[in-house]
Amino acid sequence: MKTTFKKIAIEGNEAAALAFKQVNPDVVAAYPITPSTEVVQKFSEYVANGEVDTEFVPVESEHSAMSACIGASAAGARVMTSTASQGLALMWEMLYIASSLRLPIVMTVANRALSAPINIHGDHSDSMGARDSGWIQIYSENVQEIYDNIFQAVRIAEDPQVRLPVMVNFDGFITSHSEEILEVLDDDLVRRFIGEYKPKYSLLDVDHPMTMGPLALFDSYFEFKVAQAYAIANSLPVIKKVGREFGDLTGRYYDLIEKYHTDDAEYIIVAMSSTCGTVREVVDELREKGEKVGLLKIRVFRPFPLEEISNALKNAKVVGILDRSIIPGSFSGPLYHEIVSGMYHLDKRPIFQPYVYGLGGRDITTEHIKNVFTQLQEIEKLGRPKNLIYIGVRE
Amino acid sequence: MKLPGWKELVEIGPIILEPGNAREYKTGDWRTFRPEIDYSKCTTCLFCWLFCPDSAISFDGKRVEINYDYCKGCGICAAECPVKCITMKEEEK
Amino acid sequence: MKEMLEIRWHARAGQGAKTASYLLAETALEAGKYIQAFPEYGPERTGAPMKAFTRISDKPIRIHSQVYNPDVVVILDKSLIGKVNILEGVPSDGIIIVNTTQSPEEIRKQLNISDRKIYTVDATGISLATLGRPIPNTPMLGALIKIIPIISLEEVLDQLKKKFEGRFRPEVIEGNLQAIKRAYEEVKGE
Repeated sequence: MKTTFKKIAIEGNEAAALAFKQVNPDVVAAYPITPSTEVVQKFSEYVANGEVDTEFVPVESEHSAMSACIGASAAGARVMTSTASQGLALMWEMLYIASSLRLPIVMTVANRALSAPINIHGDHSDSMGARDSGWIQIYSENVQEIYDNIFQAVRIAEDPQVRLPVMVNFDGFITSHSEEILEVLDDDLVRRFIGEYKPKYSLLDVDHPMTMGPLALFDSYFEFKVAQAYAIANSLPVIKKVGREFGDLTGRYYDLIEKYHTDDAEYIIVAMSSTCGTVREVVDELREKGEKVGLLKIRVFRPFPLEEISNALKNAKVVGILDRSIIPGSFSGPLYHEIVSGMYHLDKRPIFQPYVYGLGGRDITTEHIKNVFTQLQEIEKLGRPKNLIYIGVRE
Repeated sequence: MKLPGWKELVEIGPIILEPGNAREYKTGDWRTFRPEIDYSKCTTCLFCWLFCPDSAISFDGKRVEINYDYCKGCGICAAECPVKCITMKEEEK
Repeated sequence: MKEMLEIRWHARAGQGAKTASYLLAETALEAGKYIQAFPEYGPERTGAPMKAFTRISDKPIRIHSQVYNPDVVVILDKSLIGKVNILEGVPSDGIIIVNTTQSPEEIRKQLNISDRKIYTVDATGISLATLGRPIPNTPMLGALIKIIPIISLEEVLDQLKKKFEGRFRPEVIEGNLQAIKRAYEEVKGE
């Protein structure tokens, strides 16, 4: 469809707030935290100005924010919230309850480092810490993607086949506080795309009384957990379908992963979020020189799209996996663990080199990326990966 | 009661749609001592009905009745009875 | 203009460098360019040295790293010279615009450099005259677009009106418009 949309200059957080406004959820319960504050701050202005119908619940902590979201969602409301870093960490036990109760809450996370030492800047430690909590996780490269992903998250979360909470991640400060161009969708189009929320189960449906989250001990808990694991795995085709439908409406198509010049690539960098844009620049530059390099962007980390990733990477010679979080006591970051163990059984697979970069907002530059591609060639000659390489750290 | 396999739970999640289904769980099996009422002494004061933690004693307007499907044999009714008309008797094995 | 123009703003927190960097980007967007603007966030409080960045391009901007080799450096507070390295990464043909009553030659002497292009404008004096307060951000923007005509004076004035309307009193908006026009006229090269 060929439609021209209004283009505005806007920061990532404000774009998220604008998306919240256009979704017009029933309930937003939130507690502000850097670098996510403006999402809620701006949204509360919309509430104060009467531009949304939302019941806005200012709570006293992130734990309470998620608790209130869970209650409202269980009652059948369309619910959204926003947090980052320590705030997400404080929500921890409630994250598991939201996903296990199959509540379609949508939450933005402006990814930020975890203390100590205290740091307000971007890395993926917060959301990677929550990677086993049963939430669907989508990562956004730029301001436009933050905005687009929020609408898709609503659709994915509320799909009757899914009914799971979705976390829309973006890099703290790098995109949350960067002013970029945003193509704004018409309110009508948004309404049509997300549709009206008709909860399948609602605690306020007094004609059909029910119990949510009863006690389930060794006779039943295991079955519930396996069922939950299958439910999130079942969301893969739904995420793909929603990304296609969104593309049909806007011209911007989304998938689980994005292959950027990977088809014939010998050396591939795997990355997430804002770093992908920087890698694209380098891929283009090196391609012009005839080097067979590519980027694999992981947009959806949970559920982990192993099949797509395997197909995209299996023919490469060397793959550099860039993790923006660290696991003290392990040999690599989480993205490396997932990809390498997932592809281990394949007959033909590339050499995988682990990298950790950008902790606490440490900048990643085109020079760093070029250097990684050079190292990947050296590793090919070596025939095996080196120990974990840290990018841009002082020795 | 047949417990569901995980495949039956993927769609619904941890939700119970049949209200009041605790009734299906007959906790009377847990009892080792059984309360018995001597109706000749009972004054229908309703203390036992009031104190029973499992609501296993009913009152039909005339007299109290113990529902042995749910009575766990805790003995609170016997302890509270002001005229001592309830006695705890060991269940026959 | 090369494919992408990168601008670094040096200021003290509270002088409006973030606003200027955004206003420039927003005006360039209206003129059909691709843009990106962002400040560098640290533990700043009013008066602490800070930086902001603007990228303007004819192609979509995908890069998300900081700006290391700015084509233009705008210095909103002259007292920062010598305290922060305002020349860092600036190529030999880079442009430096300083808010000062001094001449470009005097600044060149102070910086002790022979290359790069230096411009000066008394943005503080202009803002005191037009606004009654030392807020040098908008006049520096006026000087910048005179030297690098990526967007026209009229486009900047229109965008400022749009951005400030409803947020500031009419006399403040008028003062800013005057400040931009005056700096546009008064900026001096060598």
